[in-house]
Formats: sequence, C-alpha cells, structure tokens
Amino acid sequence: MSLTYLDLPPRIGSTESANDLLRKLTSGNGPLMFHQSGGCCDGSSPMCYPVGEFRVGGADVLLGELVIDQIEEPIQVWISLEQFEYWKHTHITIDAVPGRGGGFSLETPEGLRFIIYSRIFTDVEWSILKDKEVLLGNGALKLV
Amino acid sequence: MSVYAQPGQPGSIAEFKARYDHWIGGEYVAPAKGQYFENVTPVTGRVFCEVARGTAEDIEKALNAAHAAAGAWGKTSVAERAHILNKIADRVEANLEMISVAETWENGKPVRETMAADIPLAIDHLRYFAGAIRAQEGSIGEIDHDTVAYHFHEPLGVVGQIIPWNFPILMAVWKLAPALAAGNCVVLKPAEQTPVSILFVMDLIADLLPPGVINIVNGFGVEAGKPLASSRRVAKIAFTGETTTGRLIMQYASENIIPVTLELGGKSPNVFFRDIADQKDAFYDKCLEGFNMFALNQGEVCTSPSRALIDAPIYDEFLADAIVRAKAITQGNPLDTDTMLGAQASNDQLEKILSYIEVGKQEGAKLLIGGKRVDLGGDLSGGFYVEPTIFEGTNGMRIFQEEIFGPVLAVTKFDGFEAAMEIANDTLYGLGSGVWSRYMNTAYRAGREIQAGRVWTNCYHAYPAHAAFGGYKSSGIGRENHKMMLDHYQQTKNLLVSYSEDKLGFF
Repeated sequence: MSLTYLDLPPRIGSTESANDLLRKLTSGNGPLMFHQSGGCCDGSSPMCYPVGEFRVGGADVLLGELVIDQIEEPIQVWISLEQFEYWKHTHITIDAVPGRGGGFSLETPEGLRFIIYSRIFTDVEWSILKDKEVLLGNGALKLV
Repeated sequence: MSVYAQPGQPGSIAEFKARYDHWIGGEYVAPAKGQYFENVTPVTGRVFCEVARGTAEDIEKALNAAHAAAGAWGKTSVAERAHILNKIADRVEANLEMISVAETWENGKPVRETMAADIPLAIDHLRYFAGAIRAQEGSIGEIDHDTVAYHFHEPLGVVGQIIPWNFPILMAVWKLAPALAAGNCVVLKPAEQTPVSILFVMDLIADLLPPGVINIVNGFGVEAGKPLASSRRVAKIAFTGETTTGRLIMQYASENIIPVTLELGGKSPNVFFRDIADQKDAFYDKCLEGFNMFALNQGEVCTSPSRALIDAPIYDEFLADAIVRAKAITQGNPLDTDTMLGAQASNDQLEKILSYIEVGKQEGAKLLIGGKRVDLGGDLSGGFYVEPTIFEGTNGMRIFQEEIFGPVLAVTKFDGFEAAMEIANDTLYGLGSGVWSRYMNTAYRAGREIQAGRVWTNCYHAYPAHAAFGGYKSSGIGRENHKMMLDHYQQTKNLLVSYSEDKLGFF
C-alpha cells in the first residue's frame, strides 16, 4: 500500500464480483490499473488497463490501491486531478455487472462491465481525510 | 398514433440479418478469429442479431482495403465526390422510415426522434458537405512579382473514426461526410452497444461507393478500437466518447504524430434569466420546452442541458410550470410514434444512471420528480427505462458535475447575471449551453461569457450542419459540422513557385 495513504480511511473498495473479474483479467493480462473516466457515453466508468498502458502524470490523483486475494500486485486506481476536486468527499466502490462496456477497458470481452457506486464519507472519515495530501502521478504530493 | 412492428415480427418494415460480418473493401468479410458477439435491443433487452467481433487482424485488413482505395478516391473530382454524397443522401432519404425503425430498435430512442431528427440531420449533413467541398477553394499568394505561393487542399489519406452509441447513424455521418468529401478513405469502428445501424445503412448505399472507401470493423474497444487508434497506418483519428479513452487516444496519436479530434462530453448549463417570465406568451412556452430538453434522446446527448440555472425572482414559478411540462412527457414503447422518452441504450447505462440518482439523494439533493427505473410491462419489461428525473440542489454536488447521460436534470437557483455566469462556468467541461432571455444584450453577454463551444440562445438542441460544434476545456479538441471541418481532414500543400530566370547570387 502506498505509504502516503497508510492509516487513512480508504477512498476506494471493490466488490467480490469485481475481485473475481480482476483475478481473471490479471491472469490474462498481467498487473492491472484503473483510471476513472468522466464525460459522455461511457463516462464515469472505471477503465481497467494493463499497468503502463495509460500514462498518469501530474494531472492525476491516486485514489488508492485495491489489495485482492491471489493478485500479487495491488491495483492502483487513478482519477484526473480536476475530477477529483468534485469527487473527493465520496467513497468509491468498484463493482462488475453484466454489460457491454466501452472504451478500451479490458473487461468488455468478458460480457461484464466495471461500474462504480459512490457514498458520501461519514463525518469521522472526512475529518481525517479532508486535510491530507494525495499522491499525484508524477510522484508529487498535493494538498487538496 | 401508430406503433411500428418490432423487427423480427410479422409486418416490420425493418429486417435485420441474423449475423453481420465486417464491411471491408466493398464486401462482407468474416472476422479473422471467427468470433461474434450478441447485439441486444434496449427496447426489450433481448438479443436480435450477432455481430463480428473484430481484432487487430481485421483492422489491418480494413486498412489494406482503405489504402488500396485511397489513391484513386483522393484524385476523384470534387464534383464526383459531391455527386456520390448527394446520391447517398437521396438513398437514405428514400428509406428514411425503415432506417429510423432499425436505429430505434438498436438504440432504444423514440422513433419520432429518429424520423424527425437523427436521419433527416444525417441526410442534410451529407448534402451540406457535398456543397461545401465544391465551393472550397485553395488560395494564391503573390509573394513578389515573380514568386507565387499556391495553397492546395489535399486529403490526409486513410483516417480512423470511432463512433459513439447515442446517435449511431448521425454521429457516423458527422465524421464520414467531411472525411469523404475531402477525399479520404475511412476505417470506422462503431460502438459495441450499437454496431449494426451503420451497417444497415451501408447495405442500402453500398453500390454508390467504390470498394474500400468506407470500411466498417465491429468489435470491442480493447480488441478492435485500440488497434485502430494506435495504428501507424492512419493519418488521423477522430473519437467521440469519454475523457479517459480520449486521453489514451491522444497518447497513441502522440506516438504516431498524427492529429486527433476528440469530443468528450459536457455538463451543459441551461440559463433562464428573470425576464423570460415577463409575459406568459409563446416565448415563455418555448422556454418551458427548452428546460425539458434534458429528456431528449433519454438524456444521452453530450450537450444535454443537464443543469438548469434559474433566476431567483422567477425560480418557484418557472420551476413549477416546467415540472408540469416534465410530467407530461410520455414514456413508452420506442416504436410508438407518440412516445417521447424511450429506453436507455444499454444495461450499463441504466445501472450508471440509477447509481447517480442514489448519489444525488445521498448528497442531499431534493428529488422533485422521478428517480426510478420503469417497468413498462409485457415484453418491454426487460428493456432499460428510467423515469424523467429532476433534482434540486447546488452546483458543487456530483450530480451537477458529472455527465449522467440519462434523463436526469439538476436544477439550481442564481441571483443576478454574475452569479449565473459563475455557476455556468463552474464545470470541467464546455461543450453545450443554453441562454434564455428577452433582452438580447443580456443573452449576448451571457453567450460570450460562457466557456463553451456552443451557446444556444433562445433555443436548444438544434444541430444544423452549418454551425460549428465542439468543446472548450475538457470537452475535447477540434470541431465537427461546418465547412471548417474540411480542414480537419485535409493537408495543406504549398507550392512556392519562382517565375524568375535570375539566380539569387549566393552560390
């Protein structure tokens, strides 16, 4: 787990059906990452790629890492910094549901689609998270 | 009222084949790996045909066909290309009703929209670019008395186009018409949610085009879209979709040093100034319609006016009147000509919309109407229907900031012009927007102040071919529509010619 987020309430989580799909995709594609999308059509979908396929940088925030049984590498979940500004008060759960998907996300051939569910952080969670730095894709830390 | 028979049922005017291969080099070609995927109609949620599941091998085959055709096609006269585009338009027009029913079946949108908007606009778009290319001229610059700079437009060659599912035919034509008019050959990848509508049209127009000028490869994004977007053999890539894929496509394009056009959506403000309620006349009625444009195409429009900003003095009254109008929206069978709100295009979309409605409630937005999935009964029970939904809240909420792409409107109040502009521009995106006022000075200033590529002023959701369409900020790069679009599909060739016999004297 990224040291920056150690001992903090997690910003992300995943359901068992998402974990099953991620195990399957990892065995076919190697280590994976997510980038949370915005905008039209399939916007708001978490897009799943092999690590290194999608370049993250100073305009991206690491939301957190999914640590999943039988998957060696934690799966990093990224979001653009500008989108994070509007999402930072919400916890994200990644799920997998039957669907067609879109974009170049890896799961589409499986007949399943990653989707997110959001909940507003509790007061206790938010009181801890609100003045903590986040890790950007260029390695810098930023207070948001 | 009339209800079209479902494709596959007796009496239907639109019949699909059981299976669709790729369209490559002027004929149907089976996918290299022999795999197909099921195509579901959102009207009932049932499979109605299967479609080739393309891979990199199929993209290569399509690129071979496109490159083989590009030399001759790029050298046809503009009159010839314009003539072909006009003939395509005529053929589509002659089959408008059948194509409309087919697209409705695949996408879920009401047939009154395909018949009155999607297909007529596609026809007009073809005719517009047929005209624009004939009127286009290069230029001559006289550098000095004996030196002349000639500027010619040349086609790029072979271009890749990735099409969204919300307007499967119109969005394809938006990209195809200028590309073909400019003399390019195309490899087109439809959305996997709506892979067949454009093939349905292709079947009707195949005899009008030389083989290889349009090639259509279906499949999943990661298997077929990615090899196209990352190919070293396309001179340009055009994409409509979401931001993460848009960035990935730019990343691939940077590896190949090719241009991109990206249309990535919006969260369009629709601003209603206080003077609209000065009279309860036809214009006020038009404003009420403008407010309810969020329901057009089930909200699955990149420019959907999904944020309504209402001036404080008229807030309660206008909102109450607008909600009366929203409650009159008829939801039902998309094949019924009276239906105003049809099915969402996919189960993914349905799930996403419902999850946003949940987020809205959690954030404390007030649900004014709707908010639930709809069961229309009978065989429509399996379809993907959502009630028209209106929330009241504040602009910082996620339902005000993210493109839900459903019939979900977020309404908020502003007090005065400055506040309106601040809220309107407090968004990551800048594609569409609407301004409503009886005072043209107010409307003009608002239109210039809003950071968006399109500001509908006292109208909304009009898409004439002659008006440039595209985004500011994270909504993308480049424009579609308008003759300026030809530039996006052309190289500039400069011949710098000396008519002097005299040497410079340097060597």
